[in-house]
Amino acid sequence: MADFHNSTLTELAAGLRARKFSSVEVTRALLERVTRHQSALNAFISVTADEALAAAHAADQTLAGGGGGALTGVPIAHKDLFCTQGVRTTCGSRMLDNFVSPYDATVVKKLRGAGAVTLGKTNMDEFAMGSSNETSYYGPVRNPWNRELVPGGSSGGSAAAVAARLVPGATATDTGGSIRQPAALCGITGMKPTYGRVSRYGMVAFASSLDQGGVLTRSAADAALMLREMAGFDANDSTSVDTPVPDYVATLEQPLTGLRIGLLREFFDKGLDADNERRIREALRVYETLGARLIDVSLPHLPMSVPVYYVVAPAECSSNLARFDGVRFGHRCENPRDLNDMYRRSRGEGFGAEVKRRVMTGTYVLSAGYYDAYYLKAQRVRALINEDFVRAFESVDVLIGPTTPTPAFALGAKTADPITMYLNDIYTIGANLAGLPAISVPCGFVQDLPVGLQIVGPHFAEARVLNAAHAFQKVTDWHTRAPAGYA
Amino acid sequence: MSAWETVIGLEIHAQLATQSKIFSGSATTYGAPPNAQANLVDLGYPGVLPVLNAAAVRMAVKLGLAIGARIATHSVFARKNYFYPDLPKGYQISQYELPIVANGAIDIVLEDGQHKRIGVTRAHLEEDAGKSLHEGLPGVTGIDLNRAGTPLVEIVSEPDMRSAREAVAYMKKVHTLVRYLEICDGNMQEGSFRCDANVSVRKIGATKLGTRAEIKNLNSFRFIERAINYEVARQIDLLESGGTVVQETRLYDPDKGETRSMRSKEEANDYRYFPDPDLLPVELDEAFIAAVRATLPELPDQKAARLGTQYALSPYDAGVLTASRELADYYEEVVAAAPQDPKLAANWVMGELAAALNRDGLELSAGKMPAARLAQLLQRVSDQTISGKIAKEVFEAMWADGSGADAVIAAKGLRQITDSSAIEKAIDEVMARNPGQLADYRAGKDKLFGFFVGQVMKATGGKANPAQLNELLRKKLSG
Repeated sequence: MADFHNSTLTELAAGLRARKFSSVEVTRALLERVTRHQSALNAFISVTADEALAAAHAADQTLAGGGGGALTGVPIAHKDLFCTQGVRTTCGSRMLDNFVSPYDATVVKKLRGAGAVTLGKTNMDEFAMGSSNETSYYGPVRNPWNRELVPGGSSGGSAAAVAARLVPGATATDTGGSIRQPAALCGITGMKPTYGRVSRYGMVAFASSLDQGGVLTRSAADAALMLREMAGFDANDSTSVDTPVPDYVATLEQPLTGLRIGLLREFFDKGLDADNERRIREALRVYETLGARLIDVSLPHLPMSVPVYYVVAPAECSSNLARFDGVRFGHRCENPRDLNDMYRRSRGEGFGAEVKRRVMTGTYVLSAGYYDAYYLKAQRVRALINEDFVRAFESVDVLIGPTTPTPAFALGAKTADPITMYLNDIYTIGANLAGLPAISVPCGFVQDLPVGLQIVGPHFAEARVLNAAHAFQKVTDWHTRAPAGYA
Repeated sequence: MSAWETVIGLEIHAQLATQSKIFSGSATTYGAPPNAQANLVDLGYPGVLPVLNAAAVRMAVKLGLAIGARIATHSVFARKNYFYPDLPKGYQISQYELPIVANGAIDIVLEDGQHKRIGVTRAHLEEDAGKSLHEGLPGVTGIDLNRAGTPLVEIVSEPDMRSAREAVAYMKKVHTLVRYLEICDGNMQEGSFRCDANVSVRKIGATKLGTRAEIKNLNSFRFIERAINYEVARQIDLLESGGTVVQETRLYDPDKGETRSMRSKEEANDYRYFPDPDLLPVELDEAFIAAVRATLPELPDQKAARLGTQYALSPYDAGVLTASRELADYYEEVVAAAPQDPKLAANWVMGELAAALNRDGLELSAGKMPAARLAQLLQRVSDQTISGKIAKEVFEAMWADGSGADAVIAAKGLRQITDSSAIEKAIDEVMARNPGQLADYRAGKDKLFGFFVGQVMKATGGKANPAQLNELLRKKLSG
């Protein structure tokens, strides 16, 4: 049997179209792999084997008839906050343990429309709140590179599944780094597009002004292909942007000659691990050999991005999660005495500690007397950070720096100290606050653990970001490395 | 009483007459089975998002233009956060700091005929909540989310009203206006048009406002007046007996005719308003506003002024006839078909017709008395085929079976007698039968003239032309 798991998304799509193998074969092989590694990695919350095989069978028929889309027959997985009709969508929370969505998210619909076959729903930090996948009601996900370490979060299940080669690609979401940080920690490619590029309809909201759907894959080329199929305007999402989606695959091969790369002074600060920094500097030298120019830039307000984020995101989350009240769906406590008892216990039992912490923080910063000092001020600083980025992109084409300060850390190492955990997103949050497209690609190892390189572009410059990432991957092989035991 | 001044401001909620909800495609028809008109967006399902209904925006702008307000080219939807079972998302989408309409005014007419201008602070768009059902559900509460997401415009007045009567006049004027603009059906029983009243009292001459109570959810003009009057009396009693008014929300109980406390300021929610990140700010350009302006109909005040001039009507008559666009249109249709006497037409529309509709509990729109049919009756009065008095009898017959004026007149033989010889003959007979009265009259008892008129009318079955009768009778009696 061919080792389908070592093929990339692009290779599988091409092989299926050429009918070198069938979707049922690929799907069966990967389902077997998903099952085999589930107890060790805990990457999935739901595996939908029957549905997947039925879809694979249908895909094979379509392909046999000469039809099919860009991803027909290719197995993928969805982060468990994309609503899937008929399959439960838990958001990693006890609150939605029993929730079966009556509709499909736009992203789910689009990828199915492109022919992708869904193997299941991946584990995640509860309601996407976390940077280690340790806040999931379904238990932590483990990092395939070292199972004592975290895979990052919140899209830890999707990242581990792609890194362990259980699926060639998975959907994910990024509110403060939840695609790029696990991509870095798991040694894969993770792309967060511009805010508004991918529809948020059917994506259970954490912080609406920051949430953006994206992809976790093994290469920039795969990310380009998958993103092209899921991006685009959606009339159901007022914040999605009505501009055509370029063919990201078509522009991958453009030369980088003359590309102006901005090095953010604020990204190379004392918080950055020295070995990590070495890998980043080496990657920058690679870019120079490709014809790019390095230019120092500064974003003076960027160091305030973590505090700004931890005001804005909890504020929105406190309101977004109010709908989980035990009335219409989700967890309801046993035998409520009265309405308040039902609210208190349903939410108290349904939400975990990190979600509660953020709901309380968010409620506080929006309260009368505190709104101006926290929420309003944070929004003002957010506008300044955005202006900093806009100004920087007047003199550079992309910004490049680290994705995270350190490689993956041990399970439990940071759970006792939320602030330390929050600082893990120090380099990724800026792109969310400004709504910019950003990718993380593997750029080497520190003590056998992968390190991520982050490339940030101006609004709607996904093609340029993917092009820069792909050019790097053409001359390096970090992204082709598999964790021991998963090749 | 006279030592105190009442201060009232109203927050009117008008349900916009859109086909679908403000942020979803669900229908807004009233009276559907519970939850039949609530889709996933209305139910606040995980992952769903609101999409603004452009028709609601156009309606709010229309209202703003009609009250001379400033239309915001940039307005923002905000979330008003609180928990309630009939509020599916745990927040209501409303407008807070940046409403779509600000600084308008509405003129009302006071009882003494004076005009008074009531300031409109703002009008903003928001979604309605659903409702909780208790009847027939022992031990549990039912939730009907059909109304959740229905578009509302909340019209907030300045505290410019000084009596319950003024508040009612203002409320009625807004009611008239929203129906003229065709942005709200004005149905108060179904809750399409309702208000909260902020009521306070202060010593006459005081400049500072007194502490106010907010009376919630008043949905009839009668209740508004009663609730405010009760509340004013309550506050004055309280203050005169050395107490203080507490800022609170009160409910009016129409059965008991009193207001009672619902929650105090301390118990009030902190709504934690913030801009809704799921919706973009509403950006309107001048072209859009101009296009909406072009759809404005003739407004009530303009129409009343025109009717007054065009048909020589009193301001009162013009005001009554323009209370609804439908009534004004009806009146103008009648006058167009019976143009001889617009004042007569006004009297009939406001008098006999209004009384008959009221008596039978019918709306003008039921079409019981088409304008052309009433016009035919008025024509017969104007051309002296029948007298005004007989016309009332004819009207009742027309009302009863829907027949035309001419048919009723012919069938009942009500045609007025204008033949002088016939009238003279009747006069002669009456004079012959009443020699005593005739002698008295001729001896100077002038008021017996009325007696003779009555007798002749009786003899002619009321059909003698009154003017002719008077003239001939006077001639004959004087010998």
